[in-house]
Amino acid sequence: MITINGLSKTFQVAKRSSGMKEAVKALFHREYTAVEALKDISFTIKPGEIVGYIGPNGAGKSTTIKVMSGILVPDGGSCSIMGYTPWLDRVAYVKNIGVVFGQRSQLWWDVPVVDSFELLRDIYDVPEQEYGSNLSLLTETLELADIIQTPVRQLSLGQRMRCEIAASLLHSPSILFLDEPTIGLDAVSKIAVRRFIRTINEEKGVTVILTTHDMNDIEALARRIILIGKGRLLFDGSIDAIRSRFDKEKTLTIVYRNRPEPLQIAGATIESWSPERAVLRVDTEKAVLSDVLIEASKQVELLDVAIDAQPIEDLIVQLYKEHQIS
Amino acid sequence: MKLYWKYVVILFKSQMQYRASFWLLTIGQFLVPFSVFAGLYFLFERFEQIKGWQFQEVALCFAVIHMAFSLSECFARGFDYFSAMVVNGEFDRVLVRPRGTVLQVMGSKFEFTRVGRLIQSLIVLIWAISRLPVEWTAPKAVTLLLMVASGTFIFTGIFILAATLCFWTVQGLEVVNIFTDGGRQMAQYPLQIYKKWVTRFFTFVIPFSCVNYLPLLYILDKAPGNGLLYMLSPLAGVVFLLPCLLVWQVGVRHYRSTGS
Repeated sequence: MITINGLSKTFQVAKRSSGMKEAVKALFHREYTAVEALKDISFTIKPGEIVGYIGPNGAGKSTTIKVMSGILVPDGGSCSIMGYTPWLDRVAYVKNIGVVFGQRSQLWWDVPVVDSFELLRDIYDVPEQEYGSNLSLLTETLELADIIQTPVRQLSLGQRMRCEIAASLLHSPSILFLDEPTIGLDAVSKIAVRRFIRTINEEKGVTVILTTHDMNDIEALARRIILIGKGRLLFDGSIDAIRSRFDKEKTLTIVYRNRPEPLQIAGATIESWSPERAVLRVDTEKAVLSDVLIEASKQVELLDVAIDAQPIEDLIVQLYKEHQIS
Repeated sequence: MKLYWKYVVILFKSQMQYRASFWLLTIGQFLVPFSVFAGLYFLFERFEQIKGWQFQEVALCFAVIHMAFSLSECFARGFDYFSAMVVNGEFDRVLVRPRGTVLQVMGSKFEFTRVGRLIQSLIVLIWAISRLPVEWTAPKAVTLLLMVASGTFIFTGIFILAATLCFWTVQGLEVVNIFTDGGRQMAQYPLQIYKKWVTRFFTFVIPFSCVNYLPLLYILDKAPGNGLLYMLSPLAGVVFLLPCLLVWQVGVRHYRSTGS
């Protein structure tokens, strides 16, 4: 579906220095520095995948998305998406993709949503029948029926985002690029958007490439993540792979029948302790979890046990640290 | 083309959300050129003629240029606002849609309030025509239409050139107003009254004289020799638009390689 090989892109960025004198000087003569936004990026994506494309700000995420959606022409490398080279056959290619920029609207601000949809139908030349069935499906699954006659400027952010996503799917694209689709949304809207993305992926087989800073998006949607930092590809694999590599620590919360003196358990560090409840940290490389539990049950009468893995957020931070990109 | 009208319809619906502001702006646009025209009137009141041109003749010239300018402002306003499109990333959106960039940028804005100015110019035009001691024939009417149409093309071309500069400078350049507003101010008089180099510039670089002075000679029966050449001179406006579109394409290519 998507094959990217050795993609690279360098931008010339004007040097900015502080001070009035420098600012005046910059009016006449500017110095440029080359910033390598992408360095030798390669990956392939199969049809029907949901891929989380992540990295800190300025890592090159949006540059990659821009190249893949045909906006930018790279300096080197190849990119073949559904047999097209995005920047060469722009008009033919973009009919097959949908793009949602979370921070920018693609809808016409002052008119009812449905008017925007109809103009998009004409722009993409969607056959009437296909448009009708897509629209009714999207209206139903995204619960748009009540808001479709409302001008965009009167919608809440969550409602607007649902309309944005619907707008990018009216022409039944095979690939959907989502650039921070949940930014600024409340919890309910976030969950609705995630559920919808999963639905269209499962039911219509749409390939989804998702950039986000919200690791909950990734955890809820993407089985695979591609991590990039400073223009380089740092990790490409499943969330489970990250877990097994970095998730060496479990948090164990135990509740037991009253015991006045503190616990002492080999292989576990006591985080907090009270006569009824204790939080233990276990390094799974040094101790076996079951041993710790057996040891604990010998000392107290266990009422409840909860084992928590490290949040994926922390794992990503560790990954950033390992590559020194944060 | 059909799609363009759909763009216009949606923009019209948007505009109608702000009715009061629409009417006020339209009336404003209707009145402003009157003050300019009054200036013209008082000028001729004092001097009676400029280099052999009568008031009615200049009024015709004035009306044609103002009509062309307001038409191009209606249609090509998207290019006038193009710097905003580059700054806020709207142009990326244009590039991910399966249509030409010129059509989409033109369809991004339509200045309905310029209808006021258009009506005002039309009134001046009708007045000038009724007062001119000219025998009107079909070819002359065609020439008049060509003048307006091709004047619109020239202004549109300048708007496109100005927009293209935004690919390099990001911010719109006020400098270009010399050629749009300035061109309008100059070309509301027959260009022959100016210094030679000014006339040459506005004939061979930006062909304003091909939409006012030269065809005007034909309409007023002042053309020496073959009238057909003078009659068809407005076509230069169409020719002017072509390199502008070419430069635009170069600009788009530049944008797509730098992304800024």
